[in-house]
Formats: sequence, C-alpha cells, structure tokens
Amino acid sequence: MDTLLLSRIQFGANISFHILFPTMTIALGWMLLFFKLRFNATGDRKWMDAYMFWVKIFALSFAMGVVSGITMSFQFGTNWPGFMETVGNVAGPLLAYEIMTAFFLEAVFLGIMLFGASRVKPWVHTMATFLVAFGTTMSTFWIIVLNSWMHTPQGFELRDGVVHATDWLQIIFNPSMPYRFVHMMLASGLTVAFLIAGVSALRLLWGDRSEAVKSTLRVGIIAGAGLIPLQILAGDMHGLNTLEYQPAKVAAMEGNWETGPNVPLVLFAVPNQQTRSNDFEVAIPNGASLILKHSADGVVPGLNDFVSEDGEIMHPRVAPVFYGFRVMVGTGMAMLALSWGGLVLLRRYGAGNMPKLALYVFAGMSFSGWIATLAGWYTTEIGRQPWLVQGVLATKDAVSDVSSGMVWTTLVGYLVIYAALIIAYIGVITYLARKATHGDRLPTRDYPTAGAAAPAMLQPGE
Amino acid sequence: MSLFSDPAVWLPWTFAALMGLSILIYVVLDGFDLGVGLLMPLADAREKDMLVASIGPFWDANETWLVLAIGILLVAFPPAHGLILTSLYLPVFFMLIGLILRGVSFELRAKAPPRQKNMWNASFFAGSLLAALSQGFMLGMYVMGLEWTRSNVAFAMLTAVFLTVGYSFIGATWLILKTDGALQSHAIRWAKGGIWGLIMGIGAISLATPFVSARIFDKWFGMPQMLYLLPFPVLSATLIGFLWWKLRRLPRENDRWAWSPFVSATALFVLAFGGMAYSFYPYVVPEQITIYEAASAPESLLIILVGTLFVLPAILGYTVLSYYIFRGKATELRYD
Repeated sequence: MDTLLLSRIQFGANISFHILFPTMTIALGWMLLFFKLRFNATGDRKWMDAYMFWVKIFALSFAMGVVSGITMSFQFGTNWPGFMETVGNVAGPLLAYEIMTAFFLEAVFLGIMLFGASRVKPWVHTMATFLVAFGTTMSTFWIIVLNSWMHTPQGFELRDGVVHATDWLQIIFNPSMPYRFVHMMLASGLTVAFLIAGVSALRLLWGDRSEAVKSTLRVGIIAGAGLIPLQILAGDMHGLNTLEYQPAKVAAMEGNWETGPNVPLVLFAVPNQQTRSNDFEVAIPNGASLILKHSADGVVPGLNDFVSEDGEIMHPRVAPVFYGFRVMVGTGMAMLALSWGGLVLLRRYGAGNMPKLALYVFAGMSFSGWIATLAGWYTTEIGRQPWLVQGVLATKDAVSDVSSGMVWTTLVGYLVIYAALIIAYIGVITYLARKATHGDRLPTRDYPTAGAAAPAMLQPGE
Repeated sequence: MSLFSDPAVWLPWTFAALMGLSILIYVVLDGFDLGVGLLMPLADAREKDMLVASIGPFWDANETWLVLAIGILLVAFPPAHGLILTSLYLPVFFMLIGLILRGVSFELRAKAPPRQKNMWNASFFAGSLLAALSQGFMLGMYVMGLEWTRSNVAFAMLTAVFLTVGYSFIGATWLILKTDGALQSHAIRWAKGGIWGLIMGIGAISLATPFVSARIFDKWFGMPQMLYLLPFPVLSATLIGFLWWKLRRLPRENDRWAWSPFVSATALFVLAFGGMAYSFYPYVVPEQITIYEAASAPESLLIILVGTLFVLPAILGYTVLSYYIFRGKATELRYD
C-alpha cells in the first residue's frame, strides 16, 4: 500500500478512536450537571450516588479524549503538511479558538469538578461542572465548524494556490455547519443515554436494587426515547443539505449510479465499482426520489455524473459510504424501537421490575451509540473523497512524503495501543459497574446541598 | 527593520513569542508531571498514590499547553510545522505513544481492578519515560538543525537522557513542595540525584549551540553581544550553586524553604529556554526558515491575536485559580 492510503487509514484510525470519547463526554458533562442540579434541588442522595459513579467514567473518557486529540494535532504536521499549508489561514484560527476558548476551560475546571468537591463551596463545584460541560460543547462547535467548512467551504479566496479568509461569518456559518452540529450533539446525547441505560440495566441484572440505578435507567431510557425522533429529523435535514452541496456523496449513500427520476430506495446491495452497478439489489421503487425530492419522479443524482471525460473518478469509493450509511440508519432504527419499547415497559412495570429480557437487550446496546456515530462519520468523511476540502484541495495533494514503511510502522503501533485501550476502557466500565453493584457504597459522607451550611465540606483530609 | 510598524513583522514576532511562552510553560508544568511519573519506580505502594495525587488535578490542563504550542506552530507558521514534524516523524510518534500511555494509565491505575494496578503503574512510568526521552531527543535534533546524521543522532540521544533526568529533577522539587514527612525526605534525595541531568543538559546544549552556525557563534562571542548574553550563564551558575547548597539543608522546621528548589528549577528552565530563544531567533527551523518567511497571512494572524488577547489572560487566571484551590500539601485523591 502507498503512503497516501496508509496515511488515510492511520488518520482514520486515530480520529475514529478519538471521537469515541468526546462523544461520551459532550453529553455526559450535561448529564452530570443534571444529576448535580437534581441533588441540589431535592437533596436526595441517589443523585449524588449517580454523579459519583458517572463522574469516574467521565474522567476516564476525558483522559482518553485528551491524549488521542493531541495525537491528531501532531498528525496534521507529520502526515498532512499540505492541509495547513493550503487552508491554514482558515483552519488555523478555528483550531486556535477551539484550544483557547474550550480546551483549556474543560481541562482546568475538570480538576475542580473531579477532586474539588470537598475543597470548594458547593455552588463552585456545580459551576465547575457547568463550565466543563460548556467547554466540551464549545469544543464541539469549533471542530464542527472546521469540519463543515471542509465539506462546504465558503468565505475565502485562492491566491497563489493558498486559501485566504475573506468573510469569517460565512466561514463559521457555512451551509452544513448547523446541521452537522445538531446531528453530532444529538449523537452524543444518544450515545450517553444508551450507555447509561445499558450500564444501569446491567447493574439491575446483577442484583443492584439501589434507588440511584433505577433512576439512571429511567433517565437513560427517557433521554434516548426523547432524542431519537429529533435525531432522525436532524439526520434527514442534514441529508437534504448534503444533496444540495455534495451530490456525489448522496449518490454513493443511495448506491445510485445513473441520474434520473423514479430512483428506487436501495435497502441492500453490493455496490460493484468495476461494473458500475449494484449486485444483489433489494429496493423499494421510487423510494429515493420520494425521500430526497418528495415526489416519485424527482430527479436524483447518480454516480456516473462524477466521472470526468478522461475517466478520472471524482466520487468516493461507493461501498464504505453505502454500508456506513446503512449501519448508521439501522442502529438508529434499533434505538428507536428499543427506547420507545423501554418507555412502555417503564410505565407498566417501573424501573425496578423491568422484564429480564429487556434489561439484557439494553445492556447489549450499551455501546450502540459508538457504532452509529462511527458509521455516520465514515459515511460523511469517506463520502467527501477524493477531496480533503471539497473542490479546493484533493486528499492526495496534502499527504506528506514520508516513506510508506514509516507509516506502516506507526500505524501498527497506534492500532495495537488503541485496541488495548478500548478493551481496558470497556473492561473498567464493567468493573466499576460490578463494584458499585456489590454494595461498594463509594461515598460514605453527607454532602451539603447548594444552600446547606459549609462546615461539612471543610475536611481536606477526607 | 522597523519592528512594530509593519504587521508582517510584528505579528510573526508576537506569535513566536506566544509560542515560546507556551512551550516554556509546557516544559515546566508537564516537566514536573512527567518527572513525577519517572520517579514512580523509586516509590513504595503508598508513596506511588501520593505521587499521582500530587499531580492529579493538574496534568490534563498542563498537557493542554503542548496542544497550544503545537497549535500556534500549526496556525502561525504552517510550512515550519510541516517541515519540523515530518523530519521528526518517528520521535513524535514515540512521544505521542508515551503521552497516551501516561494519561490513560493515570486514570486506569485508580479505576481498574486492584490486581492490574502494578501493570498500570508500570505503564504510567513507561509512558512518562517514553515521552520525556523523545522530547529530549527532539530537542537535540532541533538544535542540530533537524539533519539525520549519525553524530546528530548521537547528540540527540544524549540530550534525551539529560532532559529526562532534568524532568525527574523538577518532578522531585515539585514533590518537595507538595509532600511532607518521609516522602519529602525521599524527594530531596531524588532531587540530589537528578540535578546533574539538568546541569549536563544545559551544558551540552550550550556547548553545541554556538557551533551549529557561524551566525550563532557570532551572536555569542562577538562584542558587544557577549555582554547581553552574560547574565544567562552567570544566573544559571548561581541558581545551580544555590540548589546544590539548599538541597543539603532541607527539610527545615515548619517546612520553610520547601518551595525554593521548585522555584529555582523553574528559573533554570526559563533561563535555558531564554538562551535558546535568543540564539535561534529569527529562525523557527534552525538556519532554514525564519519566523517571517513561515508566517501565515497577517489578516489570519490578526484574527487569532484578537481572541488571544482576551482568552490568554482568562486561561492564566483560571490556571492560577486551580493551583490555588489545590494549594498546600497533596492529599489523597478523592472524588467526594
């Protein structure tokens, strides 16, 4: 394999590993704030128990996100020097604002949020929790701005082959940014909702009868059921936006080769780039035209439009985009069925007496958010190829000239480390859940609520 | 060159200064984090927990300075960023693996099942070691102009060892500040053992730097420039002498002077860094690309600068706040 493909695989592996953890922390930060505010309002210990359990998972996820994020900021230089050299004038300020307005905020207040509960006043601790959650969201915003600009660039001009910014408002509020931002925030919310529901279900299955775990199961299911319809709506709008700006990507997602009306919705197929057609196609007539153009004879773009006259293919490889999209949608549908089914069961049996089968299914779906998120990112990022910045910079023009042997070495190194860390991460979450189940009542002291008197918290030795 | 009238001059200069500041803050702050990690094998099980506790609330934010430094290099000097990082491809990889291991082990040693704790302690140490060695190696390669010749690599291996020992030294001085009792006595012993790394490191780079190019040689030994440079070696020698003397007299009653080794070590890092910055200016890639040649378009730099002027004081402010909240001797890390 050549340096280009290996570098793509390496960056893909890094960014895939990285996104798992921000996907956790973005929404988990807000969830922790919710637990903390419920505790402040009710004084009920179960909310603090929930906070204490999930803040550990937050800390672990945050650390994983930090270290894998640092890796990426270096890989821009080691593997993709052409990226910053060409679009640095746009990408640079956006990344700088991410680091300065968000990254530092989260990293500094994380220390207070994790270890400061006994050192600062309760409201300061609540405030630190808020600032960490706010920081992760700001971080998401800036990164999504840059990513969206790479898909739908505007507000710039080319001088001597280098991008120069002309209108920052256009750059920041580029056409796909609002859709992508909402889509990602909801994805994070769903990932966390299903993780919380899944881990709570696991603890119930293991015999945990605490009020905290019943409450978190309820919170997880309700959050999942509430967010999934919004996500389906946001995803649909995002897709229509992509159709407008990146039709080649949509053609690959739909597995549609010829532009025309009455395009069927392909449920399953094996796209064949050699014959430029689908094998084993199962499709609903007129479906794609109906979804994308809201009429049966709506004209839907096909992949064959994106082959230049000299035969150069200017659309992404079809199979990964096509399958990625189906995995994402399929997972989303499973989430819809499960969370709404869970809602019905909650009403009927209550969180403490859920049928075992349902608990098993929830536990099995704990990490479903990861699958959907990764599949969605693969769809959109591979779908942008052969461009790194749509229409401005081709991926092959940005890669560094280090030898392929060198990239092989580092790629294998990263993959080994990442595989080991994912196993350790899931292992630790399971271990913490088991420990919490078996009565290891982690905190043993009384927490002051926001309004309560201070003496109880001034015990630094504890 | 009228320095502060032309934006194509003062903006790159300002960003070089900001980048230098970030690197310096990173080297001091994560230097003591990494140094504490390097001391892990010397500590017993209970002391290991205290070692980790002493850096627990800080290390995430400390590492962020590296992201800011590399971010400024990336956004303000894109060609230099590409050139430096592609020529340091493998050491960067090893540093990243080291930082990953260190950060993750930090969390996992406390959260994974107890039987795994030794393993995560070991990987916490290994990660700190790998990161420190590769940073020292990159420092050496950078000083020698990023050319992969045999003698340069040998030199870089030396600076790798020296910086690593230097980090363990500043880590030990941090522990003197943040611990008491038996552990503090151990830390004083570790600091005595580690100070030579700092001396040799500063010495080796000082010996090599003027011979990298005639330009730097002239900057050092030409008149009157030599007089400007003179305070650096004089102050450094004074500080080293002070440390040598003070470490033999610690601990004192009421913990007096416990702060002085860390402050002196920090001052030494600042001086060494200042000397390097003075020597290499105006080059961002030694003897190849100047900061002015590598700089991004002025209008892009300006938009970052506007934000920086608002945000950097805030970052410094809440960094100080965090150190203030967790001031005093380190206590066992607890989430409640």
